[in-house]
Amino acid sequence: MSKKLTVDGREVSFTDERNLLEVIRKAGFDVPTLCYRSDLSIYGACRMCVVEIEGRGIQTSCTVPPEEGMKVTINTERTRRIRKVVIELLLKNHDRECTTCERSGSCDLQNLSNKLGVKQLRLGKREEFLPLDESNPSVVRDQNKCILCGACIRACKEIQGHGVLDFANRGSNTIVTPAFKKDLSQVDCIYCGQCVAHCPTAALRIKSDIDRTWKEIHNKDKVVVAQIAPAVRAAVAQKFNLDPQKTVQLIAAALRRIGFDKVFDTSFSADLTIMEEGTEFVTKFTEKKNLPLFTSCCPAWVRFAEQKYPQYLSHLSTCRSPQQMFGSVIKELLPKELGTTKENIVSVSIMPCTAKKAEAVRPEFQTNNIQDVDIVLTTQELIKMIEEAGIDFAHIEAEEFDSPFGLFSGAGVIFGASGGVAEAAVRTAYELITKKKLEKVTIKEARGINTLKEIILNIEGQEVKIAIVNTLIEAEKLIERLNKGEVYYDMVEVMACPGGCVGGAGQPQLRDCCSRSGIQDRADDLYEIDVALPIHKSHENEDIKKLYKEWLEKPNSHSAHKLLHTHYKNRKRINSEGLSFGKNSEHALMNIEICIGSCCYKNGSYKLMDKLNELIQKQNLQDKVNMTAVFCFENCSSGPNIKINGEFIEVKPENAEEIFNKYILAKVK
Amino acid sequence: MIIIEEKDKFKKVSEILDKYEYKKSNLIAILQKTQAVYRYLPEEILIYIATTMNISPATVYGVATFYSQFSLNPKGKFEIKVCDGTACHVRGSEPVYNAIKNKVGLKDGKITTDDLRFSVETVSCLGACGLAPVVLINEKVYPQMTPEAISIIIDELKKEFPKEGE
Repeated sequence: MSKKLTVDGREVSFTDERNLLEVIRKAGFDVPTLCYRSDLSIYGACRMCVVEIEGRGIQTSCTVPPEEGMKVTINTERTRRIRKVVIELLLKNHDRECTTCERSGSCDLQNLSNKLGVKQLRLGKREEFLPLDESNPSVVRDQNKCILCGACIRACKEIQGHGVLDFANRGSNTIVTPAFKKDLSQVDCIYCGQCVAHCPTAALRIKSDIDRTWKEIHNKDKVVVAQIAPAVRAAVAQKFNLDPQKTVQLIAAALRRIGFDKVFDTSFSADLTIMEEGTEFVTKFTEKKNLPLFTSCCPAWVRFAEQKYPQYLSHLSTCRSPQQMFGSVIKELLPKELGTTKENIVSVSIMPCTAKKAEAVRPEFQTNNIQDVDIVLTTQELIKMIEEAGIDFAHIEAEEFDSPFGLFSGAGVIFGASGGVAEAAVRTAYELITKKKLEKVTIKEARGINTLKEIILNIEGQEVKIAIVNTLIEAEKLIERLNKGEVYYDMVEVMACPGGCVGGAGQPQLRDCCSRSGIQDRADDLYEIDVALPIHKSHENEDIKKLYKEWLEKPNSHSAHKLLHTHYKNRKRINSEGLSFGKNSEHALMNIEICIGSCCYKNGSYKLMDKLNELIQKQNLQDKVNMTAVFCFENCSSGPNIKINGEFIEVKPENAEEIFNKYILAKVK
Repeated sequence: MIIIEEKDKFKKVSEILDKYEYKKSNLIAILQKTQAVYRYLPEEILIYIATTMNISPATVYGVATFYSQFSLNPKGKFEIKVCDGTACHVRGSEPVYNAIKNKVGLKDGKITTDDLRFSVETVSCLGACGLAPVVLINEKVYPQMTPEAISIIIDELKKEFPKEGE
């Protein structure tokens, strides 16, 4: 039932809003906020949203639940003064080089300072400047711009279930930092960039590759090739208020004006992904082997799985992501088409994603030190480049993509929305399995903003169960249920960002930061494009057929595997030296390392360590043997793991003595 | 060389974790007990605690740096706490504090000597205002200190653990 309260003397009705702030905003009033993010938990740190409530005085509207009959005033002399003083205090500590700041114009602190009329700063400037952390390929951390709102911490924990960042120290010494003040590249960051997307200032920002791109464009000897991901068009259309289908052609035109020589659409390689992944799925499904098949398009998810779920790496599709598939097609096949060399081609991809920057530099995606994708730009960087080039985006003439990889299906376009990959895969897999035409291509259950969706299909009497998750906290929950045997799926689509790639951290910020409805609007745009396109199934794409005919033979063929597939490995979560039990002597003859990471610990590595220690003492070998306990050898499937002089040896606590005699005693004596 | 003592310390941490059932709500107690074993909180041990408890290392680091009772750096053999509460301050705790730092050779905001013999810190109140100014060395209380008196005490402590050449 609807209840009522008054805001600035006007009656406002409300139902189940989570706080007074939401009620006020829904009623069309505005209350400024810095730390509040509608998709995250309530923190109440910034004190910007203060209002006066009759009988209760000054309250932060984000932490107060709405009540029947409340009388709320947004602007009083006191609330306005409080907000201005808060801004003034924050600006005292803030590196105020706004003119050269990445976030100038889109910075919440700058905007509020302007909006609230803060004209005078009485407290001076920041004196201490801390170095930037630029170690991470996707995210730059600048503590001089941090306002301690904690949005990044909450985003990492609540969206990805991860917690790379947290507050450290206390009072005026408080900072936001990875564990032990390590660099962002030394901890388990998955590069998803949701911390950046939720940051109100430039304290966390996307690592810009704009200058590198310009340099290559200005180099006359280079052929600079661009590919644009499906989700990019929806965000650009939203930003410029244009029709999404026309937008993609405007982007193609703008890129040529910027100076790109060839412009392609990643939707083409999304079709290619479906051919490969669909075939892989059909094979695994028929053999009932390594199911569920997890999708591998999302690099943040891939890294997360490599860190946390080594036991599922064999379930991860070996298909490269569409970016990387196009990357290798561009580097291997395009030179032949254009009559140039691989070294002369610069491959740039434009992505809604920050993790793609990290994906492109993975060693698996390099041949002879040449990256398949040289530069990754985010949607935000694309918009900046269009502005830098002085292009009047909305009014230029639309252009088509280049051939020979210019055609794409609607299935490729919907990749940008959570559920899109699954839907596209079903469209193709159904026809592959049944050899019949699929008449109704829309799969409603796959669509929408929910973090967990399920599709149960009946293909010729066989049930196929597919789960679709977005956000890694949801993926973690799903894997726990899989582990316990509570659920069964044949295929699982995982996207790290809320709503899939349309909600990627490389996209321009929405008015209310990362509001779910804004992300859904972008997804709807992609589904509209799908409807408008002549083909809806990846295997009907003529350019794809041609690619297989001329170069790749058939899906999952040997040459397709070489160009379009990859492999995964378990990765360390945190850089650490390991625990040494005593002084490590250089003169020791043997170095034993024992893994005490969670998997090995559970498998009895501690007992094993005890046993080995006992044997060492019994033989009086303390001086000849060094023993270190380390966190994770990246070999979690067969714990407990030990390394003797750098070599993996399989040991169980039961056969420790035997191994000790064979590998240690025999060699030391 | 394997020092049994180090190995036993690690075993104790595992026992502490077992005893507190790896519960998040017990984190502070676990850190306190661990610090009692190592006399500080080594980075590797904190990572180990975080990993086995399934909490992010950043969060464990955050808790360990929030409370002044936790130290992430090794402490000296003698932990000297100089009370700088109101009563002690008024009765001259600052000259005592400076005398100690000079005597053990601590400069530039360092709290522990390089030879790991002494750590010197101020604390807000030891609850012994009647004995001001008070100094606490490990568990022993030294009342009504003066720079001269503390100097003699430190000389005695140095004799207990002599450095080479002293």
